[in-house]
Amino acid sequence: MPELYELSATEIAAAIASGTVSAREVADAHLARLEATDGDEQSGVRAYITVTPDDARAAADRVDAARRNGESLSPLAGVPIALKDNLCTEGVPTTCASRILAQWKPPYNAAVVEKVNAAGLIPLGKTNLDEFAMGSSTENSGLFVTRNPWDRAKVPGGSSGGSAAAVASLSAPLSLGSDTGGSIRQPAAFCGLVGIKPTYGRVSRYGLVAFGSSLDQVGPFARNVADAALLLSVIAGGDERDSTCVPRPVPDYRASLTGDITGLRIGVPREYFGAGLEPQVRAAVMTAIGILRGLGAVVDEVSLPTTDYALAAYYIVAPAEASSNLARYDGVRFGFRPEGKFAGHEDLFLATRSQGFGAEVKQRIMVGTYALSAGYYDAYYAKAQKVRTLIARDFERVFADFDAVVTPTVPTTAFGIGEKSDDPLAMKLSDICTIPANMAGIPALSQCCGFDGNGMPIGLQLMGPAFGEETLLKIAHAYESATDWHTCTAKL
Amino acid sequence: MALTSDDIIKVGTLARLALSPTEIDRYTHQMNDLLAQFERLQELNTDDVPAMSHAVPVAALLREDVIKPSLPREVALAEGPKTDPWMGGFVVPQVMSE
Repeated sequence: MPELYELSATEIAAAIASGTVSAREVADAHLARLEATDGDEQSGVRAYITVTPDDARAAADRVDAARRNGESLSPLAGVPIALKDNLCTEGVPTTCASRILAQWKPPYNAAVVEKVNAAGLIPLGKTNLDEFAMGSSTENSGLFVTRNPWDRAKVPGGSSGGSAAAVASLSAPLSLGSDTGGSIRQPAAFCGLVGIKPTYGRVSRYGLVAFGSSLDQVGPFARNVADAALLLSVIAGGDERDSTCVPRPVPDYRASLTGDITGLRIGVPREYFGAGLEPQVRAAVMTAIGILRGLGAVVDEVSLPTTDYALAAYYIVAPAEASSNLARYDGVRFGFRPEGKFAGHEDLFLATRSQGFGAEVKQRIMVGTYALSAGYYDAYYAKAQKVRTLIARDFERVFADFDAVVTPTVPTTAFGIGEKSDDPLAMKLSDICTIPANMAGIPALSQCCGFDGNGMPIGLQLMGPAFGEETLLKIAHAYESATDWHTCTAKL
Repeated sequence: MALTSDDIIKVGTLARLALSPTEIDRYTHQMNDLLAQFERLQELNTDDVPAMSHAVPVAALLREDVIKPSLPREVALAEGPKTDPWMGGFVVPQVMSE
């Protein structure tokens, strides 16, 4: 008999709906697992910044009461979930892992938090991230470093490293992250999970603390495709409070998991298999592509020639938007303000921002400010936005003939804590396969396709045309059904 | 044209960041490395390419102009680092000289 915390979200929901177990028992089992695996400074995973056990138990009791009263339960009612700490939670600290927001309690919930609550999911707490979601290892957290459950000397990836580590360490079967340049898919790859960056506009960004507004999307982490599909169905959909969110009907994503991918056309873009790709990652991805072919997919090589330019364009667009978004942290309306007397408001702004932001955030604000400054706008930001159009056209051309493309998620497996923290360019290369989807606004999914010689998970990435999430889920589910990587869990 | 430490200090002022000598040194190096990467974009001819304004084409989303409740003042002020509830506002350093 497995422990409750070992069950998938789908299994938990079914057990609660049938009365085999109460939502309260499920919440208690996950909170106990969290306490056993997470908090210890020396050896814990340290996925969580804030844990909310009282709120979790109260929410679980509401689900149990609804069931006793014969009310119909939503498909994920009673399932625990962890939330990245850049999603606003009313009255619960939302730190963005930054000193500048360390004490901040939002007066409202993010749209996705409202939806998660309305669906009867049970938030257990808020998870660690690179400060303001800027980074690829969660080492840029202004609070502490999260460890990879598969090897606690390694990073969990980032920026949603806490959300990935929470699901991989079995303290929650589901979590939400945000993805601006790979921040869901890269940690999903490093932690052996399913992670989805939805189409830009598929999920409301209302209440997601803004980083790169034209790139950011909220998306799910899960240990299998069906669980991820269910959570995506909960969080997707239009929202008049986010004018970039597209009011388009939300399909039942689980219905797309038919197992049949016969005749689906899958492209393999050669630019994603170049220098820097670790041989073991290449081998695992090529084996996975062979399995997809064996399942009836039509696989062929394609070219996305602007791929090599996406990273440079991203490191203009994302910092430029970040420098603008982060201008709001001024020590006046919320968040951190240093002690002392100030000669004037400029003096207050300088002191607040210089003491409140960490090194990586300051660097990106600097780059973005420079790229937007007088005389440089056309050379940098405008040029990068034109390159985005070229990247999007590349994908459109390929998707005229193909239903999806398949690539590695990351060229490597998880690296050691401290290994790349002094080498910002090497760190940024970790996102080279994930950034193009954000630049083009298209959906992308990562799932586990094997392990390297050290037992670290390898990620397989699927990308599709805008609003093609159902196709990606269908392919990922067929692959998952033919393999058993998703049944492997980290030993803690 | 490489950025100098004076350029970095100027950008820091625009970004409202007071940088320490160590930070000025670090950001001078890091930003020059990044700018060298950005130069690669010049290889792409974008003369007739429009800048992307939205990743997915959407028509302007309109809604009825209906008055809805907004945050009560005390809630909006609750997270301010320094507020004056009696005056109903955020307290900032003196802006005008006497």
